[in-house]
Amino acid sequence: MKILVCISHVPDTTSKINFVESDTKFDVQGVQFVINPNDEFGLTRAMWLKENQGALVDVINVGLQTSESTLRKALAIGADRAIRINAEPTDGYFVAKQIAEFVKENPYDLIIAGRESIDYNGAMVPGLIAGFLDIDYVTNCTKLDIENGKVILDREIDGGKETLSGSLPLIIGGQKGLVEENDLRIPNMRGIMQARQKPLDTLEPFNFSPNTSTLKFHKPEPKQAVKLIDADNLDELINLLQNEAKVL
Amino acid sequence: MAVITYIESSNGKIKKSGFELASYASELAKQMNSSAIAVTINCSNIKEIGKYGIEKVLKINNDLLNEFNAKLYSDVIVQASNNFDCNRIVLSSSSDSKYLAPLVAAKLEASYLNNVISLPSNLNPLTVKRTAFTNKAFSDCCSSSAKIIIGLSNNSFGLVENSVSVIEEDFKVNLVNSNLSVKSTEKSSGKVSIADADIVVSAGRGMKGPENWNLIEDLANTLGAATACSKPVSDMGWRPHSEHVGQTGKPVATNLYIAIGISGAIQHLAGINSSKIKVVINNDPEAPFFKAADYGIVGDAFEVVPKLNEKLKEFKLQNS
Ligand SMILES: Cc1cc2nc3c(=O)[nH]c(=O)nc-3n(C[C@H](O)[C@H](O)[C@H](O)COP(=O)(O)OP(=O)(O)OC[C@H]3O[C@@H](n4cnc5c(N)ncnc54)[C@H](O)[C@@H]3O)c2cc1C
Ligand SMILES: Nc1ncnc2c1ncn2[C@@H]1O[C@H](COP(=O)(O)O)[C@@H](O)[C@H]1O
Repeated sequence: MKILVCISHVPDTTSKINFVESDTKFDVQGVQFVINPNDEFGLTRAMWLKENQGALVDVINVGLQTSESTLRKALAIGADRAIRINAEPTDGYFVAKQIAEFVKENPYDLIIAGRESIDYNGAMVPGLIAGFLDIDYVTNCTKLDIENGKVILDREIDGGKETLSGSLPLIIGGQKGLVEENDLRIPNMRGIMQARQKPLDTLEPFNFSPNTSTLKFHKPEPKQAVKLIDADNLDELINLLQNEAKVL
Repeated sequence: MAVITYIESSNGKIKKSGFELASYASELAKQMNSSAIAVTINCSNIKEIGKYGIEKVLKINNDLLNEFNAKLYSDVIVQASNNFDCNRIVLSSSSDSKYLAPLVAAKLEASYLNNVISLPSNLNPLTVKRTAFTNKAFSDCCSSSAKIIIGLSNNSFGLVENSVSVIEEDFKVNLVNSNLSVKSTEKSSGKVSIADADIVVSAGRGMKGPENWNLIEDLANTLGAATACSKPVSDMGWRPHSEHVGQTGKPVATNLYIAIGISGAIQHLAGINSSKIKVVINNDPEAPFFKAADYGIVGDAFEVVPKLNEKLKEFKLQNS
């Protein structure tokens, strides 16, 4: 079984969000970049399939050279090979076209991406790839088991979960649940040493253009100070919620 | 060039978010001097959409569509929008609609702009405001594609009443069954889901242990609210994963978010920031959540929550 894990290179969740160049670009100054949390769950699940079912695991990123640190980390966690498509990941359409074209030339049985990336929150890359390649797709995936080519998955739905069965090839949008938080892999010394010997191939992008563009970013308006209400005066809270906030 | 929207239903009835979506689609159509069409699947109370300005409703009744299937549902939307030559497609931000949206986008070679929170500020190129960085910022995005899908953020637009008489039309679709099939569905029955709730009561590690969640559930029951929790609470197995809200959990965009014993870490706030009114109950006046809240109570949750619940019960009795 060949697995491709799509890795998005995103600012750490604690990052301060600021913009530069007249609010047209994200300010990377002092920002730590990490593997998108949803992709980390998928990558760890892929490691499990590698160790228990002999899968080969490649990771792919569409990004500039700055994302190589993130790909090296994925190799240190245990991926066999990394591919970087050398282009700025301007929008989800562009990224999905790049990955879909790559997969047309290099087929995989299973493609694991994240439900969404935490920077631009597109929630579209895996679904677009599925649409472009006409392969089955399940997102918000919280469980993935494969036996003799048969796939059993859980999908989180509003207010519960759904269990699905399907077959390969397949693409998923994964999230927490694919593996437990405590089982997430962190690179160890041996992994980091081995990663240096593993292939990290850089490919030039296929000829597609983004179909959206971002004109300007805004930061939220500063918030008004909180109204503190005495714990002995809960009637006041109810009054404010009813008459001022009008939410009761 | 009409606007088309897919109005979700559950058990044959339009979901509440469907009326907001209908409002948005018909206001968008007005802006474009056009009209709005709604796609409904196995749905019965269609007339009600007319209250929000939708003039034509397509009725699709097909047994293959009894259960949600992203591929089949996206095929329906693609066929309907092609048939009526619709270049603007409005979808909700429910998990189902977010699932099918990119499939529709790929089939139609359309642009997909999601997390949209307002009507376009410009129609050509279509320019909308969306949230980015999980609610830590906003962006103005545009697209010049011929076809564009707008994913509307829940609770960001509200309802706009504009009664019209609805033309209902049966619409036949061609469907090829998909490889993926649903084996079982587990829904916490009788409970409000976070996505559909007007009020969410959420609690964190300050509740000390799962045995104390009856306080949270009682309060939620009184308010008709959904329950939610912080990430460590679901990681420790005190509550199901599906209740975990925040940047790496579910987003919450509700009218009232009540946070109990939650410190207000940046990742938590990111996910709930687009809720309209935030109330925090925490015994530490320095808890960062107070900076993000509208109303705050410094106090012990174990005393405040039961008292608040009693008062709200009285309030509900008087106002029902
Ligand atoms: C990559 C990453 C992603 C993350 N994503 C998320 C996410 O999506 N969602 C999320 O929630 N977290 C997320 N976190 C975790 C986040 O950083 C915090 O650790 C977490 O939100 C804290 O949860 P808490 O507020 O329940 O617990 P704590 O931080 O321990 O806070 C408990 C609070 O309860 C108060 N308290 C204690 N006793 C009482 C009492 N008797 N009455 C009233 N108040 C009391 C305390 O004063 C304190 O403020 C993420 C972290 C990382 C690293
Ligand atoms: N630049 C990228 N390179 C590789 N994979 C990506 C990239 N951007 C997004 N993805 C994948 O697509 C998922 C969803 O991203 P998005 O559609 O941007 O929210 C992510 O979790 C990744 O798995």
